[in-house]
Amino acid sequence: MLETFNFRVILEYMPLFFKCFSATLWLSGAGLVGALLVGTVACAIRLSQSRIVSCIAGVYIESIRSTPLLAQLYFFYFGLPSLGIMFSEEVTGIFALTLNSGAYMAEIIRAGIQSIPHGQIEAGIASGLNYFQRMRYIILPQALGVTILPLLGQSIVLVKDSSLLSLISIMELTRAGQMLTSERFMPAEGFLTTAAFYLIIYYILKGFSSWVQKRLIFREAY
Amino acid sequence: MWGFYFNELMRSLPIFLKGLWMTVSVSGLSLIAGTIIGFFWGIIRSGKGRILRRLIGAWVDLIRGTPFLVQIFVIFFIFPEAGIQLEAFPAAVIALTNLAACFICEIVVGGIQAVPSGQREAATASGLSAYHRLRYVTLPQAMRTILPPLVGQYVLIIKDSSIVSVIGVIDVTRAGWLTVQRIPEGIMVFGLVGILYFIICYPLIHLSSNLEKRMTVVATRL
Repeated sequence: MLETFNFRVILEYMPLFFKCFSATLWLSGAGLVGALLVGTVACAIRLSQSRIVSCIAGVYIESIRSTPLLAQLYFFYFGLPSLGIMFSEEVTGIFALTLNSGAYMAEIIRAGIQSIPHGQIEAGIASGLNYFQRMRYIILPQALGVTILPLLGQSIVLVKDSSLLSLISIMELTRAGQMLTSERFMPAEGFLTTAAFYLIIYYILKGFSSWVQKRLIFREAY
Repeated sequence: MWGFYFNELMRSLPIFLKGLWMTVSVSGLSLIAGTIIGFFWGIIRSGKGRILRRLIGAWVDLIRGTPFLVQIFVIFFIFPEAGIQLEAFPAAVIALTNLAACFICEIVVGGIQAVPSGQREAATASGLSAYHRLRYVTLPQAMRTILPPLVGQYVLIIKDSSIVSVIGVIDVTRAGWLTVQRIPEGIMVFGLVGILYFIICYPLIHLSSNLEKRMTVVATRL
């Protein structure tokens, strides 16, 4: 296998790979921003005092967490047109990624907020801070320390999940590997290059998260 | 039209049930094998052999850093070039087992590290052999940390098993994909797919969070 490994073809396809690499970055970046927004809102609804309102967010979070992303992707890809809603593949893909990751983000943020001792919130109320001031100055700064590592972990998952978008014919890294396979019958060159590009993103995010972890320990020590 | 399609869908229910059985058998086999291999790797990785430790660490990083979709393409398309011809089912089980083993290895390492080192020293001082230390001192205490994320990981693996549908394993997702070509109601077809996954995953997610609660209670009582 390795003796026939053809680096020239990889070089020839490099422009395609770079284009697809930036597409992967763009798709997962958009998904990440969307997921953070959806996650924050879903978490706020989940923590609502009203039982019914909280239940709605609960149904969303649990149904997303109990079904695979691929099924959700197909659900929107095949389902939205039958409702008469026509989106481009990219929009459908980002939509599915956002909703999927949003549910996990909501759980991560909720765990962070609930890790704050109740006395802190009571002290905030006693000092006369309103809801937003309490959130801004007491809860969120403390919750960030607990949530930042799982959030980074989830964004690694998000980048990897974006590979599924190739199945609804969006041009991204995995699709580039598939193209090399179908055009030149060179799956080894195609998919190993794809894997290498994903590893670049993975190691950057992993390095960043261990840097954050060190900083957090440093801060706690004081 | 909805009524007609619904009846059609009900008539193709046997395909979905067959698919469900396929999902259960692929993920069941991979989970059993993956748990055994994962524990084995995890124990080696938290042991003393430096080269083995590095090797397993690098392999785990490679697998965690690349999407499962790419891994399954590598096994299914590149192994034949090296002369290893695999059917779809064994390829799926091998890929999923490897994925499960890597994630479980990390969980086991975390669990073993959470056991206070004084416990191990005390066991050594009592004259227990390495095997007995592991069997009677380290692992029973580590299990408390390992069990909740382990069950959570099982859910993730069952959901990842949906990806093996792309190499032609007829699991629930593939059954949905095949059916949606005939019954153009994506919402209905993939709603059914989602319900089938939900039936498997939802109880497991609850088991995981219950275990987490119970294990922390035990930990604080000590």
